[in-house]
Amino acid sequence: MELWKPDPTFYPSPKMAMKAPAEKLAFVAMLNAANNGRPDALGVVDVDPASKTYGGLVGRVDMPNPGDELHHFGWNACSACLCPYMPHPHTERRYLIVPGIKSSRIHIVDTKPDPRNPKIIKVIEPSVLAERAGYSRPHTVHCGPEGIFCSALGSATGEGPGGIFVMDPDSFEILGKWEIDRGPQFLAYDFWWHLGFDTMISSEWGTPNMVESGVNPEILLKGGYGHSLHVWDLRKRRHLQTLDLGAEYQMALELRPAHDPSRAYGFLGVVVSLKDLSASIWVWHRDNGKWGVKKVIDIPAEPADPEKLPPLLKGFKAVPPLITDINLSLDDRFLYISCWGTGEFLQYDVSDPFHPKKTGSMHLGGIVRRAAHPKNPSTPLNGGPQMVEVSRDGRRVYFTNSLYAPWDAQFYPDGIQSWMVKLDAKPDGGMEIDPKFFLEFGNLRGHQVRLEGGDASSDSYCYS
Amino acid sequence: MNHSPLWPWAALFLLGAYHGVNPAMGWLFAVALGMQKKSAAAVWQSLVPIAAGHFVAIGLVVAAAAIAGAVVPLRYVKIAAACVLLAFGLHRLIRKSHPRWGGMQIGFRDLSIWSFLMASAHGAGFMLLPILLKMSTLPAADFGDSAHAHHLHSLGFAGPSTVGSWFTESWFARPSTASIALLVHTLGYLLVTGLIAFVVYEKLGLDILRKTWVNLDLIWAAALIATAGFTLLIPT
Repeated sequence: MELWKPDPTFYPSPKMAMKAPAEKLAFVAMLNAANNGRPDALGVVDVDPASKTYGGLVGRVDMPNPGDELHHFGWNACSACLCPYMPHPHTERRYLIVPGIKSSRIHIVDTKPDPRNPKIIKVIEPSVLAERAGYSRPHTVHCGPEGIFCSALGSATGEGPGGIFVMDPDSFEILGKWEIDRGPQFLAYDFWWHLGFDTMISSEWGTPNMVESGVNPEILLKGGYGHSLHVWDLRKRRHLQTLDLGAEYQMALELRPAHDPSRAYGFLGVVVSLKDLSASIWVWHRDNGKWGVKKVIDIPAEPADPEKLPPLLKGFKAVPPLITDINLSLDDRFLYISCWGTGEFLQYDVSDPFHPKKTGSMHLGGIVRRAAHPKNPSTPLNGGPQMVEVSRDGRRVYFTNSLYAPWDAQFYPDGIQSWMVKLDAKPDGGMEIDPKFFLEFGNLRGHQVRLEGGDASSDSYCYS
Repeated sequence: MNHSPLWPWAALFLLGAYHGVNPAMGWLFAVALGMQKKSAAAVWQSLVPIAAGHFVAIGLVVAAAAIAGAVVPLRYVKIAAACVLLAFGLHRLIRKSHPRWGGMQIGFRDLSIWSFLMASAHGAGFMLLPILLKMSTLPAADFGDSAHAHHLHSLGFAGPSTVGSWFTESWFARPSTASIALLVHTLGYLLVTGLIAFVVYEKLGLDILRKTWVNLDLIWAAALIATAGFTLLIPT
């Protein structure tokens, strides 16, 4: 049903969105990695500090089938609905698009009228996705001015190319493949855009066959995982440019363009360098109509006792940082970096994107470090900072510790015990762990977090 | 005065103003382009293609109606116009689709096309038809255009005596009057579009969108359906 006034969670500019009220609920993808025939679930977490159930799971909806591997998800509508060329501000931010990255099944979850009791209203089967778009393994979901966009790792047979498909924002039908001309692009992972420049950026991981049985050392050492960004004309749906980092930089994954639509730059996290196991952050940027990319942060591997390393890493005698997720505050000022290997969580001031300044660091979990949470200081934690989400006002940061089931098992073979934590970010840099917020998922694993009303990776804006 | 010559012009102007108020019809786009380019001049420059696209969209509908009026009796045109208006109104109620056109790096040509598509998709041109149909039932003399009408008549172009044929009776069969009607409408549209764009860009800021952008699609749908009703009521 159409609203009479614009959805109150839509903001014309990121600056205005920073004044949004604090979120009271968060939605979390919860993966069942136990292989016990039970399905995954979408969880609802109380994040209202004034509430008695603060930091606890207060609702959930089970998926209809086991084995989906819920991973990333996103909203049906967001602030992009206010864009001037295709405005539909009276659409409601209400439905979560929740794909299973393993099953390729897509669930549409209604978060109203009771957000603590979400309901599945539609399920799109993998055969429909394959038939309509030729894709499988849906990943990132973004609401755009003209519909819901979703990336996919590959074809129905698990080969490439991966790409992007579009869903109708009203009926949630799969409309089809987005690309008209994909040029040399073959691998897919994340994507986002600069609406102010009619430009899409996409990144590369691997085809389903390259990732589903774990990281393949043979492919990795050959530099076979993704190491390029792709620049696209968002209007013409055509490939414009490839930004190759070099095969040394393996797995160019998470993309966070500047939220301000008049700024033509963004940040990319690269998981690992073949040279020294370091991880890196890159900035892509636009100069005289052409796009370029430049490394701005290097995070070195940490030497480690091979005894404490999983088989995959023993030979290297070091823990790679493994940047698996990043997030950018709405004022484009603070970049958050998850180092899932070392268990470090970093904050940089990126007001000058080419000269980031480190403003905060803390540890939780880690392959070797196993750093504990202040709530249970004597309990070592495994997994590490991973899917990170930042509140719209930039004051609260949430993250969970699982990555992707087949890869979890390689880096944390003892079996990830999953948790979600919250940090308080100071207005001018620095962050502190909230000692009261430590959610343990039991038999499930928490993955992506989405905040009620929107967060720092859910919305895009057409006005600066 | 039974047939005031003023009201149709006022109505055309106000209808233009009404089209201009809708953020989806242009002013919001002008503001966005100003913000993207960080330039007030970009706001003003974008008004030209936006108005041009609107003018052409309206003009095509009016021209099509005039041609239709030349070949079929007026009441058929009236019924057809009412049906189209009703269809547009119902479509806007049921399906909130928009033309998929446009972006933020948009030039004169594409911005004109965008404005043309938006006006066309919203049935803006058809909203003028009841006013024009009503005007066409008024004596030409009331528009201070009798000399011109007689001139055309003497050329065999229009003949007030040919009762029943809309084209020959119709005031907007005379291109000059039709053009002025389109210009008056577009002027109302442009003034309001420009005024709101200026005030929002320079003074108010976009926060007002969140509070004041009521669902014009619903009002628009209601207006289209109501206009369909008015059209049918016009005696022909």
